[in-house]
Amino acid sequence: MAACCRLTRFLVVPGATLGGLRLPGLRWLSGSMGTDQAVYDVVVAGGGMVGTAMACALGHNIHFRDKKILLLEAGPNKVGKKLPETYSNRVSSITPGSATLLSSFGAWDHICNMRYKPFRRMQVWDACSEALIIFDKDDLDDMGYIVENDVIMSALTKQLDVIPDQVEVVYRSKVISYTWPGPFCNTENSPWVQITLADGRQFQTKLLIGADGQNSGVRSAAGIQNMCWPYDQSAVVATLHLSEPTENNVAWQRFLPSGPIALLPLSDTLSSLVWSTSHEHAKELVSMEEENFLDAINSAFWSDASHTDFIDSAGSILQYAVTFLQPTKSSARQLPPSVAKVEPKSRALFPLGLGHAVEYVRPRVALIGDAAHRVHPLAGQGVNMGFGDISSLIHHLSRAAFDGKDLGSMCHLTKYETERQRHNIFLIAATDLLKRLYSTTLSPLVLLRTWGLQATNAVLPLKEQIMAFASK
Amino acid sequence: MWGLRAVRGRGWGLVGVRSAGRGTDRPWATGLEGKQTNRTLLITPWLFNDKGIMCLKSNNITVAYSDNMKTYRYIGMRLHSTSTTVDPNEMKTFQALAYKWWDEQGEYAPLHSMNDLRVPFIRDNLLKMITNHHLESPLSGMKILDVGCGGGLLCEPLGRLGALVTGIDPLNENIKTAQQHKSFDPILDKRIQYKACSLEDIVEDTAETFDAVVASEVVEHVNDLETFIQCCCQVLKPGGSLFLTTINKTHLSYALGIIFAEQIAGIVPKGTHTWEKFVSPEELESLLESNGLLVQTITGMLYNPFSGYWRWTEHTNLNYAAHAIKSSAKVETEEHHTKAPGIDGQEASQK
Repeated sequence: MAACCRLTRFLVVPGATLGGLRLPGLRWLSGSMGTDQAVYDVVVAGGGMVGTAMACALGHNIHFRDKKILLLEAGPNKVGKKLPETYSNRVSSITPGSATLLSSFGAWDHICNMRYKPFRRMQVWDACSEALIIFDKDDLDDMGYIVENDVIMSALTKQLDVIPDQVEVVYRSKVISYTWPGPFCNTENSPWVQITLADGRQFQTKLLIGADGQNSGVRSAAGIQNMCWPYDQSAVVATLHLSEPTENNVAWQRFLPSGPIALLPLSDTLSSLVWSTSHEHAKELVSMEEENFLDAINSAFWSDASHTDFIDSAGSILQYAVTFLQPTKSSARQLPPSVAKVEPKSRALFPLGLGHAVEYVRPRVALIGDAAHRVHPLAGQGVNMGFGDISSLIHHLSRAAFDGKDLGSMCHLTKYETERQRHNIFLIAATDLLKRLYSTTLSPLVLLRTWGLQATNAVLPLKEQIMAFASK
Repeated sequence: MWGLRAVRGRGWGLVGVRSAGRGTDRPWATGLEGKQTNRTLLITPWLFNDKGIMCLKSNNITVAYSDNMKTYRYIGMRLHSTSTTVDPNEMKTFQALAYKWWDEQGEYAPLHSMNDLRVPFIRDNLLKMITNHHLESPLSGMKILDVGCGGGLLCEPLGRLGALVTGIDPLNENIKTAQQHKSFDPILDKRIQYKACSLEDIVEDTAETFDAVVASEVVEHVNDLETFIQCCCQVLKPGGSLFLTTINKTHLSYALGIIFAEQIAGIVPKGTHTWEKFVSPEELESLLESNGLLVQTITGMLYNPFSGYWRWTEHTNLNYAAHAIKSSAKVETEEHHTKAPGIDGQEASQK
């Protein structure tokens, strides 16, 4: 019964320390009570892309005009005044749904004025067979946009600077403890969340939003279990120069047995590499000579070494059948560009894993972004899921604010959780399944995925459904 | 004492009645009036571990459950309007509940979720009256009176929407709980005032000062409904709104509210509710109209005990909400003049 589940929610983890400052002389019979700390309506912990976007969205929301919002970021303000000439090696694929969210509070215009690259088409194919799937939109809409993470942060910070009265930002604010209020019967204590920083400052808030990444302090302080396991893979990123300038509006991804390699367009001459492979191979790639690195990339995209005759013939059988049943051919296969140069100092690697918080919300706390879920980059959905969390949470909080509700109340927070968990769990499971399916060279599985990919490529409605789900 | 019996039947596990010792650490125990007994009910702490069970029970009860709480809230009202006919035991049992107002999953859960209907109802109908409003503070500048505010469940959302709210309740404990709860929020602290009194006590001082009066789950407990409505009308500004939510007097409300809740399930103590005091929308409408309040809307509300949510419905045979506007004297005199200039005051007073 829902009530029993709710009971477990109220097993609040008492904080380590209250962090000093007990509210002095609280006589509960008296009318007003002076608190020494300001009470914020919402505190967003974590100033990454998702946290800053959340603070921005709240600040620009009409129902939050008279509310106080605080953004806490443990690091310094990294956004410089000027955009650097060279492209950064960390980029994200932004779906149209996320672009809509960013434009709802005016950040997308800043991104358009800086730099971004729309792409119209995505080609995904296997290293072990000829099977491929091509996503493209018949109309002239963009499928998605490749934007550097620094550009997104810069745009968001610009929009935050426009509303200093609504949103206060505190940099270099490492939080050492979060304290949640006890069960409601302790009416003497403050019902708000207490946050203590390393420098001794304290804040109180009605709702704490945890956007502090995969090792979320908010999540662990709230005692929310996190289902996670590391993939035995690291992702290598780099900025690459193409051999010759092209229109470059296609995103390429090839599934190698060691992991997927993707080439995302940044401009007519530049592309960004994301290559997920084993830890050892990733370290090798990052440290090898530039020429060897480029050879490795080109052969990863072009080589047919993993093909076997059996799979090839099985694949072509199905292909004949498809062409027979569906004479109108879908988009022709294109060849990926080759790369000629690596941007110096742009090679880096980071480990990959999967994570999903069992609960996204507790009384007075909500998790968004990587604090709630962490996914493999093969589907390009990580930050988009975070932006989707923001859209949903803003919608529910905005309605709650217009109904005069207590922002930390579970009734609307659980609605957010249900809505997002339904979407995210499915996406994470699908990504994990794809990753496992494509990490093997066993013939039965290769056959299965070859036929599966070809069949999916042939069924247009199915492809459209996939594109629609992934673009939210 | 029926109070204890009914309460035990819910598995609360009351220890029993202990005499109030020195230095009880339960603040509400100290608030008893002189004329009442010195005994207080002390609830054992493990009560809260049974919250799950209590929630289950509360979620399985239909609208009658919220009636139970409303009775406890408004015992005091009978005290004020008809002097000393209130059973002090009822008051005590209710005092024991006074601190439970703000547990959103506790006994008052249906009232908390009724806010999902009540607050938009009040907000939207008031927004229709004003021309330029700010969406971030839709009710700013409005003065609202909440009669029978209990623990302040409805005052706080209205305060957050920008209104200046005055909450009155006859029971001191409720006012204390409400005041303590709002004291933590500096904004609400300024916007909401609470007073432990009845409507009659403040009628003289606050005549024609409120833009809106809210009497939610009150009129089915009031002894003299006509006087109550007249008092509401008196404190309203001309053109001000009166919002009521209450229970209909039908066979269905008898079956669910009285028979099922009181006699079968034993949740509501027998004799708590008097079905005769339920008010039908037709009766309410005629009372309102005869006291100068023009009825704008009457809509039914339905509680789903399984989901815990309320929803609007066109059937008013259980719970319903009403919105009426006090006719402004100016409008009446204008009508009087346009209809037939020269008609003397007699006809005007007949209207």
